[in-house]
Amino acid sequence: MKKGMISQYKVLVKSIREYKKQTLLTPALVIIEVVIEVLIPLIMAEMINQMTGDTMKPIYYFGTVLIIMAVSSLLAGMFAGKYAATASAGFAKNLRKDIFYKIQDYSFHEIDKFSSSSLVTRLTTDVTNSQQAFQMIIRIAIRTPLMMVFAFIMAYTISWKMAMIFVVIVPALGLGLALILVKVFPIFQKIFKKYDRLNNSVQENVSGIRVVKSFVREDFENENFEKAAKDVRNDFTKAEKIIALNNPLMVFSTYLVTVLIAYFGSTMIINSQSLDLTTGELSSLVTYSVMILMSVMMFSMVFVMIAISAESVNRIAEVLETESTLDPNPNGDVTVRDGSIDFKDVSFSYSKDQSKYVLQDINLSIKSGETIGVLGVTGSAKSTLVQLIPRLYDTSCGEVLVGGKNVKDYELHSLRDAVAFVLQKNVLFSGTIAENIRWGNKDASLEEVKEAARLACADEFIDQLPKTYDSYIERGGTNVSGGQKQRLCIARALIKKPKIIIFDDSTSAIDTKTNAKITEQMAMTLPNTTKIIIAQRVASIQSADRIVIIESGRIVAFDTHENLIKTNESYQETYNSQTNTAGGDE
Amino acid sequence: MAHPVNGRGSMNRKPTFKPGTVKRFLKYITKYFKKELIIVMITIILSSVATVFSSVMIQKIIDEVINPGLANGMSSVYVILIKYITIMIVVFLIGIISTFIHPRIMAIVTQGMLCRFRVDMFEKMQKLPIKYYDTHPHGEIMSTYTNDTDALRQLIGQVIPQIFQSLITAIAVVTMMIGYSLWLSLIVFVIIISMLQIVKKIASGSATYMVKQQKSIAAEEGFVEEFINGQKVVKVFNYEPNAKKSFDEFNEQLFKDSEKANTYSNILMPIMGNVGNIMYVIVAFIGGIFIIGNVFNLSILGYSTLTIGIVVAYLTFVRSLSQTVGRISSQIGMIMMGLAGASRIFELLDETPEEDSGYVTLVNFERDLQGNIVETNIRNNQWAWKHPHSETGVIEYVELKGDIVMENVDFAYKEGEEVLHDINIYAYAGQKIALVGATGAGKTTITNLLNRFYDIPDGKIRYDGINIRKIKKPDLRKSLGIVLQDINLFTGTVIDNIRYGRLDATDSECIEAAKKANAHDFITRLPNGYETILNGNGSNLSQGQRQLLSIARAEVADTPVMILDEATSSIDTRTEALVQKGMDELMKGRTVFVIAHRLSTVRNSDAIMVMDHGRIIERGTHDQLIKQKGTYYQLYTGAFELE
Repeated sequence: MKKGMISQYKVLVKSIREYKKQTLLTPALVIIEVVIEVLIPLIMAEMINQMTGDTMKPIYYFGTVLIIMAVSSLLAGMFAGKYAATASAGFAKNLRKDIFYKIQDYSFHEIDKFSSSSLVTRLTTDVTNSQQAFQMIIRIAIRTPLMMVFAFIMAYTISWKMAMIFVVIVPALGLGLALILVKVFPIFQKIFKKYDRLNNSVQENVSGIRVVKSFVREDFENENFEKAAKDVRNDFTKAEKIIALNNPLMVFSTYLVTVLIAYFGSTMIINSQSLDLTTGELSSLVTYSVMILMSVMMFSMVFVMIAISAESVNRIAEVLETESTLDPNPNGDVTVRDGSIDFKDVSFSYSKDQSKYVLQDINLSIKSGETIGVLGVTGSAKSTLVQLIPRLYDTSCGEVLVGGKNVKDYELHSLRDAVAFVLQKNVLFSGTIAENIRWGNKDASLEEVKEAARLACADEFIDQLPKTYDSYIERGGTNVSGGQKQRLCIARALIKKPKIIIFDDSTSAIDTKTNAKITEQMAMTLPNTTKIIIAQRVASIQSADRIVIIESGRIVAFDTHENLIKTNESYQETYNSQTNTAGGDE
Repeated sequence: MAHPVNGRGSMNRKPTFKPGTVKRFLKYITKYFKKELIIVMITIILSSVATVFSSVMIQKIIDEVINPGLANGMSSVYVILIKYITIMIVVFLIGIISTFIHPRIMAIVTQGMLCRFRVDMFEKMQKLPIKYYDTHPHGEIMSTYTNDTDALRQLIGQVIPQIFQSLITAIAVVTMMIGYSLWLSLIVFVIIISMLQIVKKIASGSATYMVKQQKSIAAEEGFVEEFINGQKVVKVFNYEPNAKKSFDEFNEQLFKDSEKANTYSNILMPIMGNVGNIMYVIVAFIGGIFIIGNVFNLSILGYSTLTIGIVVAYLTFVRSLSQTVGRISSQIGMIMMGLAGASRIFELLDETPEEDSGYVTLVNFERDLQGNIVETNIRNNQWAWKHPHSETGVIEYVELKGDIVMENVDFAYKEGEEVLHDINIYAYAGQKIALVGATGAGKTTITNLLNRFYDIPDGKIRYDGINIRKIKKPDLRKSLGIVLQDINLFTGTVIDNIRYGRLDATDSECIEAAKKANAHDFITRLPNGYETILNGNGSNLSQGQRQLLSIARAEVADTPVMILDEATSSIDTRTEALVQKGMDELMKGRTVFVIAHRLSTVRNSDAIMVMDHGRIIERGTHDQLIKQKGTYYQLYTGAFELE
C-alpha cells in the first residue's frame, strides 16, 4: 500500500490545474504571515523597553509599526485563508470531475471491477478527505515548520547558546509524539473497523426491525449490542488514553524549556552584565519557545491527518490510473448496415485467465429481423453472450459480427446507437417519464415518446397518472412498480428504433399476456429489427423464430419451439414444469 | 413502506438545538461521571494555574533576581534564583501530573458517555413502534448513531475541557486586569465586545455557508449515487456526454459553496489574532497618554498614578485575554454541532415507546387426568393462552390453536385517510387465506394489524377467541411466524440466522428446518456450510437463497399461524421451484395468511380475498371465484400482474 505513495500524490496533483495560482499564493502569503507573527513579539518587547513615560514618541513609532504589521499580517492571513479555500475547493472540484469523467469512459469490465458503491465512496468521502489534506498541506503543513524555523532563527539571533536548548528538546519532543502516533495508529485502524461493524448492526436492526419485533428478539439484540458497544468503548478508551499522553509530554517540554531559560538566561544576563542577553530578550525567548513547541505539536497533528487521508489518495489514484480496456475506436465505421449477427468461434472470459472461459466455441448466425429466444439456467452465461453484441465486453477470442462487420470495426457509440439493450438490473433516473423515455433519443417528439410507450404497453398506466408523461419518477424509480419500471425501460430502448434490440431477462415483472402483446407489437412496427429475448419463462419466448439453449457457456441447441419440444429433453422439462404450475396462463 | 437506507440523510440538518439541551446534557453526564468530572475540574484548574504561574515567575525572576543581580553580582542572588527555580519545578510537576490525569479521565468519560448514549438509544429503538420506522427515513436514524454521536465525542472529549480551561484563564486574567486598572479594563472590554461582534458575523456567515455546502454535498452525492449505480444504463444509451454535463453543474455549485464555507472558517483565526495585536497597540497607546497626562488610575486596590510597570504588566494580560477569546470563538462551531447532536439524540430518547397493556400470556401446559389444562414449566411444545379475568379473579386457559377472526375492521395510518374499510376475515385453525390485489390495496396493512405493528380499537381481531389487544405483544408475536418480502438477514453465521427464529433451537433442529425449507443443499455447498458468515444483509447470497433462509428461520420458530409475503422479484426457475416447495412445506398444518403472487399458492387456498382500495371486493375459493366471473376471473385469465 505504502509503496509508490509519492507517485499517487503526483496523479492527484494533476487536478490542481487552473488553481495553481491560488495553490502557490497560499504558502507565499502564509510565509509573510508567519514572518510578521514571529517579529511582532520582538517589536512589542522593544516598545515596552522604550516606554519611559516621558514622551509618546516610542509609542507612536512602535505603535504605528505594530499596527502596520498587524494589518499586513491580517491581510496576508485572510487572503491566505481565502486562497487556500479556493485552491482546495477547486482542487476537489477538478478531482471529482476527473474521477467522474474517467468513470464515464470505463467499460463494464472496470465498473464490475470497482463496484458501484466503491466508486461512489471514491467520488465522495475520499475526495472530501483529500480536499482537507490538500488544504492542510498548503496552509498548516507549510505554516508550522516555517514557524518553527523562523522562531528558532529569532531565538538563535538573540542567543545562540540559549537556542541550543531547542536543538535538544525539539527532536526529543518530536520523537515522543511520533512514538505515540506509531503506537496508536494501528490501534485506531483496528477500532474503526469494529466501530463500522457496530454501526452496521444498528443499520441491520433499523432495516430489519419488523423481523426483530416479529420474532420478539428485542432483548437478544439489546444484549448483543451492549456487548459490542462496550467492546468499542474499551478499545477506544485504551487508544485515547495513549493519545492523551500528548498533553503531558507537550506541557513537560514547555515547562522544561521555561525552567532552563529562566535558570541559564538569568545567570547569563547577570554574568555578562546584559551583554549576551537582556531582560527583554529573555521574555522574547519564552514567547519563541512556546511558538516552537506548539508548531511541533501542530505538525504532528497535521501529519496524522495526512496519514489518514493517504488511504483515500490511494483509492482515487487507483481510479484515475485505470484505463478502459475497451478501445472506443473513434475512427471506426459509423453506419450499421442491418441487424444480422454472427458469432464466429467466440470464447469469453471475464478475467485474463483462459481456463476460466464462461463462453466457449460459440458459433451463431442470426438474420436481420429475426426474433431469437435465449434460454438457460442462472450462471449459464446467457447474459454474457448477448453483452458481446453491443461491445459491453470484448471477446477473448473469436469475433462477433453485426451487419456483416466485426463489432470492433465500428465507432463504439454508433454501434451502441444501433443496438438497444434492456438490462436485467435496470434503473430509471429522477426526472419526468418523458425525460426518462427520451434517454433513447433526446430529440424525440412527444408523439414519438407516446408511441414508444404504447409499444411497451406503458401507455395505459401513464395515462392514468395525474400528470401523465410529466409525472415525476423518484430517484431509483421507487414510485413505480416493478412491472411499470420494466415497461418504461423497454419504451426507453424502443424509442431508439434500433437495428437490434436485446432484452436481458427484462420482462420478469410483466405478466405473460402483456409480454406477448409487446412482442407482437414489436414484430409489427419493427419488422427489420433483430430481437433477442432472454427469459426465465418459456412462455415469453416460445413465439420466437428460433430459440438458443445454452448450458454452462456452450450452445446445446438452436432451433424453433416446435422442433425443440420434440427433440430437446431439458427444454421439454422446463416447458412442462412451467406450464403445469402456472397452467392458467394461457 | 420500507425507506431507502441512506447514511447521508442528515446532510442538510441545521446546527440548531432545543432549549434546555445544555442543562439536560450536563445532568446526563453528571449522573454517571460525577466523581470523574470533579477530578477533571480540579486537575484542569491546577494545570491552568501552573500555566499562569509560569509567566508570573518569569516576571518575578526578572524583578527579584536579574535586576538586583546586575547591580550586586551573581553570588548575591544565586540562592533566590535556586529557590524560584525549585518553586517553578514543583509547580510545574503538579501541572504536568494534572495534564497527565485529566485527558485520561476525559477519555474514560467521553467513551463511557458515548457507550451509554448508544446503548440507551438502541434499547429505546427496540421499544419504538413500527410507525416510527415507517415515518422516519432510516438514513436519519442512522445518522444519530454516526454523525451526532461523533459530534458529541468532540464536544465531550475536546471542546468542554478546552472551554473550561479557557474560561478559568479568562476569569483569572480579567480579575487581574480589574485589579490593575479599571480605566484600561473598560477600554479592553469595549474592544473585546466589538471583537465578539466580528466573531458573531463570521460565525453566522460560516454557519450559513456550512448549511449550503452540506446541501450541495447532498445534492451532488445524490446525483453521483444515482448515475454511478446506473452507469451501465448510461453506457448502453451513449449517455456519457449528458451525464458529464449534468455532473458539472452539481460540481460547480458544490465548489462555490465549499469555497465560501471554507473561506469563512479560514479567516477567523487571522482576524482574531491580529485584532488582538491591534488591541495591544491601542492599550499601549492609551496607557502612554494616561502616564504622560498623569491620569489617576482607579483600581479595586484604590487609586494612584498609572505607572509603566502597571501598563507593561497589563499588556501581557491583554495578549493572553485576546488569545483566550480567539480560542473560545474557534470552538463555537463545534459546540453548536455537538449540542445539535445531543438535541437529536434526546429527541430519539424521548420518543413514545410502543404501548402494551396486554396481560394474556403464552404458557406451556399439560393435561391432567380429567383432561383439564394445567400450566407447566416444562417446554413441551404444547401452548395455551393464560387469561386472567380481573373481575372474577379466575384464570382461564385456552389452548393455542391458531384461530383468527377479523370483524368490521377499519383502519387509517393517518387520521382521516382510511386505508381499510370493513374487513371481515375468518381463518380457522389450519386454513390458508390468500390476499390478492394491487399495490396499495391494503394487504400488508392487514398483516400489520395481526401482529399489532399497528393497533386498532378493541375487540375486532380475535386470536383463539381472545381480543388481541388483551394479549401481551411479545406473546402474540411469538405465536405468529412471518416471512417478509424484503428479507432481512443479520451479520453472523448461517445457522445463527436460522436460529433467530427460536433461540433455544439446537443445531440439529436448525438443520432440520433448513432441510424442510429446501435450503440445506445450497447451505452445504457454501464455503463453510452452516458456519459461513453472512454480511451486509446476506449480500453474498442470491435473492432466492436469502428467501430460503428466511423460510427456514420461520420454520424453526414453529408457530401455529404464519404470515407470508411472497416475493415477486425474479429468481431463476429452479430456485423459484425450491422456494415454492419450501413455502408449501411451511404452510402445512398452519393457519396461513399469504399475500400471494403465484397462481399455485392462490389456487390451493381455502379462501381467497380479492382486495381493492382497502376493501375485500370478492371472497371465496378459486373455483367459486372463477364461476363468479368477477375481478378475480379477469385477473386470473388476464394472467397475473398484481404488483
